[in-house]
Amino acid sequence: MKALCWQGIHEVGIEEVPDPHLINPRDAILKVTTTAICGSDLHLYDGYVPSMYRGDILGHEFMGEVVELGSGVENLAIGDRVVVPFPIACGDCFFCAKELFSLCENSNPNAHLAEKFWGHSPAGLFGYSHMLGGYAGGQAQYVRVPFADIGPMKVPDHLSDEQVLFLSDILPTGYMAAENCNIEEGDTVAVWGCGPVGLFAIKSAMLLGAGRVIAIDRFAERLHRAASVGAHTLNYEEIDVAEALRELTGGRGPDSCIDAVGMEAHMPGVHGAYDRIKTRLKLETDRPGVLRQAIMACRNGGTLSIPGVYGGVIDKVPFGAVVNKGITIKTGQTHVHRYMKPLLARIENGEIDPPFVISHRIGMEEIPQAYRTFRDKQDECVKVVVKPWAERQAAG
Amino acid sequence: MSAVTESMPSGEARNHATVTRLERLAEQTGLDRLDQRRINRALGWFSVGLGLAQILAPRNLGRLIGAGEDHETVMRLCGLREIASGIGLLSERAPAASALSRVAGDTVDLALLGAALRSPDAHPGRLLVAATTVLGVTAVDLYAAGREARTALAEADEDIPVRVSLAINASPERLYEFWRNFENLPRFMQHLQSVTRRSDGTSHWISKASGDLCLEWDSEVVDDQPNSLIAWRTLPGSQVKHHGSVLFEPAGDGKGTIVYVDVAYAAPGGQRGAALAKIFGSDPELHIARDLRSLKQLLETGEIATTRGQSSGARSLLGRTLTRSEP
Repeated sequence: MKALCWQGIHEVGIEEVPDPHLINPRDAILKVTTTAICGSDLHLYDGYVPSMYRGDILGHEFMGEVVELGSGVENLAIGDRVVVPFPIACGDCFFCAKELFSLCENSNPNAHLAEKFWGHSPAGLFGYSHMLGGYAGGQAQYVRVPFADIGPMKVPDHLSDEQVLFLSDILPTGYMAAENCNIEEGDTVAVWGCGPVGLFAIKSAMLLGAGRVIAIDRFAERLHRAASVGAHTLNYEEIDVAEALRELTGGRGPDSCIDAVGMEAHMPGVHGAYDRIKTRLKLETDRPGVLRQAIMACRNGGTLSIPGVYGGVIDKVPFGAVVNKGITIKTGQTHVHRYMKPLLARIENGEIDPPFVISHRIGMEEIPQAYRTFRDKQDECVKVVVKPWAERQAAG
Repeated sequence: MSAVTESMPSGEARNHATVTRLERLAEQTGLDRLDQRRINRALGWFSVGLGLAQILAPRNLGRLIGAGEDHETVMRLCGLREIASGIGLLSERAPAASALSRVAGDTVDLALLGAALRSPDAHPGRLLVAATTVLGVTAVDLYAAGREARTALAEADEDIPVRVSLAINASPERLYEFWRNFENLPRFMQHLQSVTRRSDGTSHWISKASGDLCLEWDSEVVDDQPNSLIAWRTLPGSQVKHHGSVLFEPAGDGKGTIVYVDVAYAAPGGQRGAALAKIFGSDPELHIARDLRSLKQLLETGEIATTRGQSSGARSLLGRTLTRSEP
């Protein structure tokens, strides 16, 4: 089969690799019908996530058709059309019982590596480094899905792939980010980053009762999409965000702040240069520019929700502000399994129309170029959706 | 040891033979354990005597060794150190460490004698005699230290204690049942090939080491408390000598069981150590932790999470090596 492989920093390529096969009884093999490139794949592309090896198959947002089933999977049948959560969860452990699926204790075969970095290991993920399991991902024509009796959800025929694909990651991730904000009716929520997760967070915050959502980015295309779902937009290259947020909230600050940017924040000026130099010198691993700004902007007693991915250590984070303003921080990889059914219902009843984030539709051979376009935010790129059985697709 | 020796490459076998011959030679020349104690005691009293002289009559001693009379403080400090190391040797507590500390002390003495040469009233001839004497003592100390270190390794029994614990979502009853049926253990212990229980209550264990090399041992259960504890030890003649226990403690309120594994392995010296390293690499604790995690996965989910055999693109040499060691 053809698969998109990580070949080094800023190098990905399509390679011919062996088809996957069943390894454990609870495995399934899917023929991938649609997959996508996630903003967090760019952290792999840029080399910000350790324990990537040449030849790793990327991709954690995918859906497809069941073509093989292990003896331990009884709730699926060959031919079922399913969408798969990006964290792999066993459904049996302490954390799965608490519905904290992305913290599953049993799905990461390389848990000891993650424990070295973080003290404890979270769940294994598809196509997201060896310390998170080393599982082959879904930017491929076929994929092996472990614990297939727990993760994959059957989707109704009347919904297209594009309508349900994002249940695998970015829609639940945006939704959980908004849910973590503990929104009360009429609240003001500020969202940094209007990529796909930020856009779904904006949409979800509205659904959960926010009175006003303020969206912060610098790309016109992204701000335009944010405005289209009802956000008040701020371009941080044109105005002082901190000042604007104070002004818009009568000096009090937003009730909740969402950092939908994560470890590779682009910041203008001295702050940005500081983090670029420190990460280059390996004195910190992530660039926490947005995190700092969100902590300073958040109102007293407010909530900071972080769906953006951080991997290592950061510095000059104003923790004194967190303590003295009594800020609640909520974060974590998304417990996708928990949100798939309720969000599918919201798609079916028309509350959310996920394809509004898509900017590019491509075939297999176009993925490497799409990583570059997406990374450089060229061509108004917001979200890239891939048909792995087509070589090329007409753009748009 | 027969199985190990037979399957070893000829070079290693030859080395082993050489070592044995040397040890026999040492026995014949009478340098046995008794002599070692005699050497230690002599060195100990010599140190105490010298130390007392340095403290009580530093000027006289300084003149004697040709360093002059102006180094009272240094001389008295050296005396204190001598007495301490002498007491260490005489007490016979951790003799290997005491002997090594004497070697370190000798080095300091030599350095000080060298420095004393620059002293205005130095007497180079006498200093040379003193230095030669210290060198002689150093040689004896070195010999004693080496002897002690070797003895410590050979005599230390099961001195690598490892303790690992893990919370498992299963009842103590289920865990005990599963573990007590020793034939189950190879299902989650990566390096175990088979366990056979005998009618007399002992069991025979075969472990994969590397290549075709297998290590075998016999084990007996020394404590068996249903649903709570199993303790075992290996029987004489085993290739991997160890004893250990596994304790199943209820974690309270539906939180399953905390499993504690305690194992003490034989010292890493000699052939046994080499054999052990072949099984566990450099970190037995990591291996036991991994095995315990596999047990957790097996009992909680019915399978052990793995990526072994999955597809990938072309690997680099490093990537191939690293992924091969993944479960």
